[in-house]
Amino acid sequence: MSTVIKAADTVDTHGGHHAEHHAGWARWLYATNHKDIGTLYLWFAFAMFITGGVMALGIRAELFQPGLQFWQPEFFNQLTTLHGIIMVFGAIMPAFTGLANWMLPLMLGAPDMAFARMNNWSFWLLPPAAALLLISLFVPGGAAAGGWTLYPPLSAQAGMGMDLAIFSIHLLGLSSIMGSINIITTILNMRAPGMTLLKMPLFAWTSLVTAYLLIAVAPVLAGAVTMLLTDRHFGTHFFNAAGGGDPVLFQHIFWFFGHPEVYIMALPAFGIVSQIIPTFARKPLFGYVSMVYATCSIAILSFMVWGHHMFSVGMPATAQLFFMFLTMLIAVPTGVKVFNWIATMWQGSLTFETPMLFAIGFVCLFTVGGFSGLVLSIAPVDTQMHDTYYVVAHFHYVLVAGALFSLFAAVYYWLPKWTGFMYHEGRGKLHFWWSMVWFNVTFFPMHFLGLAGMPRRIPDYALQFTDFNTVASVGAFCFGLGQLLFFYNVIHTIRGGVGPAPASPWEGGNTLEWEVASPAPHHTWESPPDIETVRRGLIAQAVEEKA
Amino acid sequence: MNVENGIHDAHYYVPPPSRWPIVGSAALFLLGLGAALSINQVVLGNWALLAGFAILFWMLTGWFGDVVRESEAGQYGQQVDYSFRWGMSWFIFSEVMFFAAFFGALFYTRVISVPELGLAGDTQRLLWPAFQAGWPLETGPKAADYAAMHPLGLPAINTALLLTSGATLTWAHWGLLQQKRRVLSRGLAATIALGVLFLGLQAYEYHHAWTALNLTLASGAYGATFYLLTGFHGMHVLVGTLILITMWLRVQRGHFTPMQHFGFEAAAWYWHFVDVVWLLLFVLVYCL
Repeated sequence: MSTVIKAADTVDTHGGHHAEHHAGWARWLYATNHKDIGTLYLWFAFAMFITGGVMALGIRAELFQPGLQFWQPEFFNQLTTLHGIIMVFGAIMPAFTGLANWMLPLMLGAPDMAFARMNNWSFWLLPPAAALLLISLFVPGGAAAGGWTLYPPLSAQAGMGMDLAIFSIHLLGLSSIMGSINIITTILNMRAPGMTLLKMPLFAWTSLVTAYLLIAVAPVLAGAVTMLLTDRHFGTHFFNAAGGGDPVLFQHIFWFFGHPEVYIMALPAFGIVSQIIPTFARKPLFGYVSMVYATCSIAILSFMVWGHHMFSVGMPATAQLFFMFLTMLIAVPTGVKVFNWIATMWQGSLTFETPMLFAIGFVCLFTVGGFSGLVLSIAPVDTQMHDTYYVVAHFHYVLVAGALFSLFAAVYYWLPKWTGFMYHEGRGKLHFWWSMVWFNVTFFPMHFLGLAGMPRRIPDYALQFTDFNTVASVGAFCFGLGQLLFFYNVIHTIRGGVGPAPASPWEGGNTLEWEVASPAPHHTWESPPDIETVRRGLIAQAVEEKA
Repeated sequence: MNVENGIHDAHYYVPPPSRWPIVGSAALFLLGLGAALSINQVVLGNWALLAGFAILFWMLTGWFGDVVRESEAGQYGQQVDYSFRWGMSWFIFSEVMFFAAFFGALFYTRVISVPELGLAGDTQRLLWPAFQAGWPLETGPKAADYAAMHPLGLPAINTALLLTSGATLTWAHWGLLQQKRRVLSRGLAATIALGVLFLGLQAYEYHHAWTALNLTLASGAYGATFYLLTGFHGMHVLVGTLILITMWLRVQRGHFTPMQHFGFEAAAWYWHFVDVVWLLLFVLVYCL
């Protein structure tokens, strides 16, 4: 550990940039260090998670009972819209980019991200984008209220809040594109000698494929909202049949972005879980290469299934069949992944620290979400379930118990590396079990509500839906309360936790980040690690197993 | 490029802390807010837009100035050069996908939505009995008395201009590689001149379309796809021209060597990309 720090000091002569390291607020505003920028991303994501979470609680409070208790329907619609946009673009995606920022250079043996300045711009475009969204709550007509999908003609008729949402999405798209270019270039060009593509940690692979997806689809979303903007203000008729256009065109373009977007939020989670399960099973990842191929297959298929979001819009039977079967096909590579995780655990010497609990929780509940996705992929079934609470249940299983649980797993897994301290295991486990229970209390009843026909995005509902809604609302508030424990756990760890963490706190961790000190020094791998170090890290697990 | 066991600089250049990213964010925040206010007739928005553009200009000159200075000081090793190549390639890919959204809208409108509106079904009979599906939509569902832009004439001249500019730029690149600085300088100047001429002719074309042909943004799906596709392309030609002017200024200061001149190459990649988009536009928007 001390050798690493010394190595960092001895190469201090070039460019002299260590001396220019700012203190105070300038450190964060002018940052070019991947760890600082990663930290910024993660805290921003947490702030947005709380913001979007409070909006979710606003929704659940209203739905606790039938009738209108708290909000006017217009404001309720703004809550559901902003909750969606903020959680997708403000919480989940920045959190994954933050993890990629923090961990990729460490895992690949790179001195920093490939474009350190642009990296900072990618982050600092997010707060202005969030500000535009939040400002939109206070303009005449309020925030965008047509759902996070912004379908015209509703969105074409909305007030100024919609324009702010459109420009916010432009900024978010710029941020995503620049962040992704950085991630791809770092992975392709900055790996330590000897770390071939098929020796990279799987998290690097999923980050690579995710970044590719984002560069491919973020500009498409930008194009879609630009057309929406010109339809709203400059008289064009892209989405207006009165001029030869078609509102359904927007849905096609949006979901050409939107379905890969689903995997943009799922693939990094797969990568994280693929790091954590081998560590706590003390076995190498089962089927590494098949995991890589599965990741790429999912990415390719994700461009060919957007129509399954539009079954009820009206499309030719041939197109329905095409989208239905390709959607079902995605279950194959996803199944490969789930089986590989289970096979990794098989006969492993398992321990159940908090990251492992969240990872296993992820595997179980993401699979549930995957199965309900399969149900929805069946076009005739989807015609019944479209825009019901069944859909809401489905995507919260993959996004909350999927993406969010993997993020919790990642935070507990790498917190010792970030802070240099160990978190309190008991409170970590409490956070897991609390989240696990209340998540299911919140979202499992929504399956029943959807099957019984309760539509989504409504502030009031028929009386027969009351009981399950009440249960879901109680669950949501308890789940939300539990996240304060998460916040406490993180702060407690930053302030010393239960004691200093060793460089490699997990017995089974065998990737490069565990070769540097905890907390990771400000600059790491300024000269790429030699191939022996890389190999030692990569085969440590195998050696351990033999011994 | 550098996939397995590639090039490693002894010390990959990591820039010191920089104020430009946060300045750029302030600029884009003002531009986003200003645009939203401005199109809703809030006068304050115009000032925000103005301030946003000014700050953006300041940021761009400052940021790229830093990059040029670092490059000229020899701080970029070969690995950094590869990073720039990867970065520019993926940036151009993102631009391709941006245009793909608009081309997709064009295809969908022409192949699906317009023909469906023209199917002599109940909807059409009841709502738009006079409508005839076709392209360009000479008889829009919304009474549209405009004429489409003819491909021969200005658009054909512009095609020739851009294709020629691709050749002059390659000539300049050849001059750079052969250490013939006058060829480099003249080739670049010719390319810039052709770019400016293209922009001038496109402005004239727009003026003609808007006034003489009554072809406006509101001219149904034809006007919408026509102006957004050619308009975004024109903006890219503008940006490309500004980049080339920057390169020309750098050439006058003696920058670039036959071995290291990725700034020039990136500009050329971008210019050729814009060229290719125009060819697609000429065929798909003007001719077909």
